[in-house]
Amino acid sequence: MVKRLSHALMVAGVVGAAVGLAASADAQEDPIRVGSFLAVTGPASFLGDPELKTLEMYIDRINGAGGLLGRPLELIHYDTGADANTARTFVKRLLDEDEVDVILGGSATGTTMAVIPLVERAEIPFVSFSGGVVVIDPVKPWVFKTPHTDRMACGKIFEDLQKRGLTKVGLISGTGGFGKSMHEQCVDVAPDYAIEIVADETYAPSDTDMVAQLTKIKNTEGLQAVVNPGFGQGPAIVTKNFTQLGFDVPLYESHGVASKKYIELAGEAAEGVRLPASALLVAERLPLDDPQRPVVVGYKTTYEAVHGPGSVSTFGGHAYDGLMMYKAAVEAAGTTEPAAVRDALESLSGFMGTAGRVTMSADDHMGLDLTAFRMLEIRDGDWVLVE
Amino acid sequence: MPPVLVELLQFLFSGLASGAIYALVALGFALIYNASHIINFAQGEFVMLGGMVTWVLLSQGIDLPLAILGAVAVTMVAGLALEKLAIERARDANVVTLIIITVGAGIFLRGLTSVTLGKDLHALPAFSGNAPIDIAGATLMPQSLWILGVTAAIVVALHVFFHYTVVGKAILAASHNPLAARLVGINVNVVLLLSFGLSALLGAVAGILIAPITATHFEVGIMLGLKGFAAAILGGLGSGPGAIVGGLLLGVIESLGAGYISSDYKDAIAFVVILGVLFLMPRGLFGKRGTERV
Amino acid sequence: MATIKPSGYSKHRKKQTYTRRLGTRATPMQMLFSERVGGMGALILVIACLPLLLSNNYQYDVAITMGINAIVVVGLNLLVGYAGQVSLGHAGFFALGAYASAILTTRYGLHGALALPAGALGVGVLAYLIARPILRLSGHYLAMATLGVGVIIHIVLDREAWLTGGPDGMYVPTIEVAGVPLYGGAIWYWIVAAVLILTVWLALNLIDSPIGRALRGLHGAEVAAEVAGVDTTHYKVMVFVISAVLASVAGSLSAHFSEFVTPDSASFFHSILFVTMVVFGGMASTFGALIGAALLTLLPQLLADFSGYEQMILGLIMMLVMIVMPRGLLPTLVGLARRRQREARS
Repeated sequence: MVKRLSHALMVAGVVGAAVGLAASADAQEDPIRVGSFLAVTGPASFLGDPELKTLEMYIDRINGAGGLLGRPLELIHYDTGADANTARTFVKRLLDEDEVDVILGGSATGTTMAVIPLVERAEIPFVSFSGGVVVIDPVKPWVFKTPHTDRMACGKIFEDLQKRGLTKVGLISGTGGFGKSMHEQCVDVAPDYAIEIVADETYAPSDTDMVAQLTKIKNTEGLQAVVNPGFGQGPAIVTKNFTQLGFDVPLYESHGVASKKYIELAGEAAEGVRLPASALLVAERLPLDDPQRPVVVGYKTTYEAVHGPGSVSTFGGHAYDGLMMYKAAVEAAGTTEPAAVRDALESLSGFMGTAGRVTMSADDHMGLDLTAFRMLEIRDGDWVLVE
Repeated sequence: MPPVLVELLQFLFSGLASGAIYALVALGFALIYNASHIINFAQGEFVMLGGMVTWVLLSQGIDLPLAILGAVAVTMVAGLALEKLAIERARDANVVTLIIITVGAGIFLRGLTSVTLGKDLHALPAFSGNAPIDIAGATLMPQSLWILGVTAAIVVALHVFFHYTVVGKAILAASHNPLAARLVGINVNVVLLLSFGLSALLGAVAGILIAPITATHFEVGIMLGLKGFAAAILGGLGSGPGAIVGGLLLGVIESLGAGYISSDYKDAIAFVVILGVLFLMPRGLFGKRGTERV
Repeated sequence: MATIKPSGYSKHRKKQTYTRRLGTRATPMQMLFSERVGGMGALILVIACLPLLLSNNYQYDVAITMGINAIVVVGLNLLVGYAGQVSLGHAGFFALGAYASAILTTRYGLHGALALPAGALGVGVLAYLIARPILRLSGHYLAMATLGVGVIIHIVLDREAWLTGGPDGMYVPTIEVAGVPLYGGAIWYWIVAAVLILTVWLALNLIDSPIGRALRGLHGAEVAAEVAGVDTTHYKVMVFVISAVLASVAGSLSAHFSEFVTPDSASFFHSILFVTMVVFGGMASTFGALIGAALLTLLPQLLADFSGYEQMILGLIMMLVMIVMPRGLLPTLVGLARRRQREARS
């Protein structure tokens, strides 16, 4: 009996103590609590890493300038490793345990979609940094997003192909969430631009060689251009293999590679590659009277002052936009009360972010149009605006 | 050559280049398995360390050859430390426990690297340029030649080491019959330490060779480790020739699978083939008892 | 051809075999199993009292995830701990259960309460079909084969987007019972608790039955068991199927509870996590499995505040625990307690 009891106590003690530890929470009322869940490790770490750095940096700056409505901001962040179930648990933690006033985050579409039911039920404003069009279409009352959608990226690329008189396209897509989603959107919008998909191949995000797939695409009759939806190191390998095989058609990358890192990884093979991206990458080359110039030059200079020249990426820019939109909404609402902030977010008009001019409405929770995207070409290891 | 053959040749080139890397990783698995019957799931992290440390040293302005030596040395230290601090202390544990220890070591090394060297992707420069070489209409990167060449050289060097040096023969003896080896005065602990050092070396070399092609990253070892393990099993655990054949075969299956069947399912195809082989040959291609081991 | 052999150095082989035999014949854990009523009582007590400590949905979420993982791990422990067969692919079965529930309810309008057994049945049949050829393999070859099965399941779930929603996953509707939607931590806590108690009860009975004895025979000395007339393959297949079905049930519960499924639930790492839970708590110890599942579910939550250092600390803890307590937490602790008792007596 004693033995039995001791076993019971041991099990109870271990589990009880463990849960108790997790339950310890401090409930300080004063600061505005900004919750965030980002993929700082895992296959999307190159999104989550600059996003977190940006949030940390700008929350410090806002606090240094007296905070928001006179209250300091407090960042509470959890790393999801791009895993949807981890994201769900952490968002519950943000909502129930940390009782945050807003959630900024969700590096990838998968983690964002997984938590949407939670924030919708909790009725807390949520600004996502993910690209998938499904996040805001159909519109969810409490969910907003900052980056352009993958659908727009396809549109922008096809628009450029049309201008060049090219119609027969080969797709080589990553099988990760980003590549898969953009692939679907591209196939879907292709007819609108009279584009014909003549070859359609995929690669896994951790693949080390895409020569086989590209060889098949290259041997496709009538091929006029290749488009590569994907992010991470995959597109750099595709680009190198593309050059190795001696294609004589242009290669288009997606907005998923919009950082100097891509040029560094792909090296000379990146010459002549085009991609749609926000103006952030070409901040200094924008005309002086471009209304977006102060914002993008400001963010770029600030970020690179801390993290080194050439370190800026559009991904960190999405986080900047999210934070600044929240700031603008709180200032407009004059309160952090969730419903008022949500309404203020929805009525943001003419907000200038790194992604472009944002005008939200009840049926558009992103508020960007195609003009916010710029077509860039890589020349001499740098971005050049194609107009 | 007819286009169909050129295409096949291209698939083979691409498969062999990836396969040679899998083979190097698989050899690392085989070495440690032979010395201790342990599957070292941190083998992929050796690959990662090789690439990452080379990049760090390069970025500090150190020349490529020196940086490579430095990276190999650092990785070997990590391998020796893993053996000395973890494996040796847990030698009485069973197989599954040891697997968990090496998995933990892998997670730790990834965490350590992400904290100290950051989470960015980094490219190494190709050893001898990026001008593709044309062979009968198919192309090959100079780096792929480096991979194939160095892999071949390592295989020869290992053969010489295990058959013509006292230390090598001692390791071989210890793996064949540990008790007898101990009786003739071979220190099994030292053999194990050596095997971890050698495995780390092989991993680091693989990581350095492939980094100019794929870029390197703190998590780059996860998939390469897994594929190396698959290759080692396919070839037959503990068999040197098995690891090499298994690795090359895995690379070629992937490449042909992507080229002729479905790029969506190329990894699945590879695993189906491995399962098929195991059902027919439960000890892999070369895993039969009495076969020469590395 | 015993599958899990004491590995490491043959220098210690003799000693190992000796200690291991001692271990299987008279572990304190077996004493515990003989008192399975006591263990069950303890478990029910913990489950009944735990809600007193839970104050919000998040804490319930952690507790429920512990329970779901525990269901998988208790089943996996039958396979790994008792039958001595490693599986690095059980996350695949978990994910199949989750997707069966997700797909049958959303695309075919089946009620969740029917989708769960349907998924379990499907997974059971699949496990039965692959069990025979796979369980002919041993040791690391078996590990590889199960890993391969898990990877193939992961890839299929990831690629067949028309059915599974692809890499970004799919929503699972809230189950309604008599018009009441099953939502919220409190409800799911009791659902998962009930299934967990049932699972543990089944596992304990199985271990104490002739089948359990045959299983232990497998682990200890397969050849001897065979000679004694035990159809080892039959029992191995049975345990493989049981553990796969339990994983599938847990997957279904997880899908309905979290209302979302992604292919990542089939990932290699998820499989490794399950095995780690088994080994952490203590192989061949059902209550150890529960503790392993609870602690390793909680650990990432506790480490979340060490921003950036989580991985390092997690890896370090895994290594240290396994080095210091190679037999797992519960058997080591119980062993210590008994030794102290014995010392006190003498």
